[in-house]
Amino acid sequence: MAGFDKVVPSLNEAMAGIENGMTIIAGGFGLCGIPENLIAEIQRVGTHSLTVVSNNCGVDDFGLGLLLKNQQIKKIIASYVGENRTFEQQMIAGTIDVELTPQGTLAEKMRAGGAGIPAFFTATGYGTAVGEGKEIREYNGKNYILEEAITGDFAIVKAWKGDRYGNLVYRHTAQNFNPMAATAGRITVAEVEEIVEPGELDPTQIHTPGIYVDRLIQGNAEKRIEQRLTRTA
Amino acid sequence: MPLTREQMARRVAQELKDGSYVNLGIGIPTLVANCVPDNMDVMFQSENGLLGVGPYPTEEEVDADMINAGKATVTAIAGSSIVSSADSFAMIRGGHIDLTVLGAFQVDVMGNIASYMIPGKKVKGMGGAMDLVAGANNIFVTMTHASASGQSKLLAECTLPLTGVGCIKKIVTDLAYLEIQDKKFILRERAADTSIDEIIALTEGELIVPEVVKVMDV
Repeated sequence: MAGFDKVVPSLNEAMAGIENGMTIIAGGFGLCGIPENLIAEIQRVGTHSLTVVSNNCGVDDFGLGLLLKNQQIKKIIASYVGENRTFEQQMIAGTIDVELTPQGTLAEKMRAGGAGIPAFFTATGYGTAVGEGKEIREYNGKNYILEEAITGDFAIVKAWKGDRYGNLVYRHTAQNFNPMAATAGRITVAEVEEIVEPGELDPTQIHTPGIYVDRLIQGNAEKRIEQRLTRTA
Repeated sequence: MPLTREQMARRVAQELKDGSYVNLGIGIPTLVANCVPDNMDVMFQSENGLLGVGPYPTEEEVDADMINAGKATVTAIAGSSIVSSADSFAMIRGGHIDLTVLGAFQVDVMGNIASYMIPGKKVKGMGGAMDLVAGANNIFVTMTHASASGQSKLLAECTLPLTGVGCIKKIVTDLAYLEIQDKKFILRERAADTSIDEIIALTEGELIVPEVVKVMDV
């Protein structure tokens, strides 16, 4: 049993082995489904010159925005940075290297990275700055560009429940990039709201099988809401 | 009088079909969701992985794990499904979405669209827009006809970084509904109280004005 037990007792052990200059793939969309405790741990450790792969980069004072503010990020591969002023300032000032990547391409790059597919052709980005310098091939009269897969030294993801074997279930739209990110890390660390025993999760409902997860830790999530819009009942 | 944002949304909503899957961008496109005719079922897709977007939650229903692509709290309708980003974009990139509505900074007569970046000024990122324009067969762009300073957004050639090439055929502005054919804008409908001369003056790219130009019914 212990052989498959992925649970680690501390955040320190969850992120053990992280070094300056590494590539970190993070799940999450906006502030939804982000591994907030693992990000805070990277901030605490102070590792720098990181390449971060994530759809967004948090907000100025939360999520990956913390690492940005702390100048721990050398390069970011993301699709949307609209809500983060620190990001926008560092990008315009040229102090951070940014690879703006279409959202679907980013998801596919992670998926391909985890599935052992080194590159794939996609129509997305053809004829735009994204396609510059990339191989072009025509299929059935339509042009496609060659996009390369992404893998990371670490992948950090956030799930709702995880069993000790690392099987993960995500909750609602907090799933987003997490399943792909989980497959693409050399070391994948999952932060979950609740750890359960093997057998408690229905096998047919598992989003990420434990084979992809190396370390599992329970973290208390603040789950900040970026845009709280409501209707009157 | 130019159209209001709501009127532009209503014009796009006239294109909705019963049983269609629709992706709405941020801004004016979002308003289309409020204009679905009562006798019609339309399912809205949000590219962060929600197929079947519902209304905003009540105060009690607010859930940090349930957001739309604009990062705002939402609900899911009965019969919705929630998937990963890769699966969500497979729907988009695989051409499974029936109608896509998105905003833009510029569109040109080649059907090129610029919507994600003003160099040195506004850095936002393309989000899912490049995937949407490359994967969708039926795209509506909604935008004002000209910028606040009176610069045409309907150009002979886009000057801003492109989101996609040769993919736009239909545009609803605050002045008109136009189509793109053979590297020309074609004026199909005009807003009531907007003259054709006004539209010609604010359209930089070549514009064809047919003999009959309908007044938009919004």
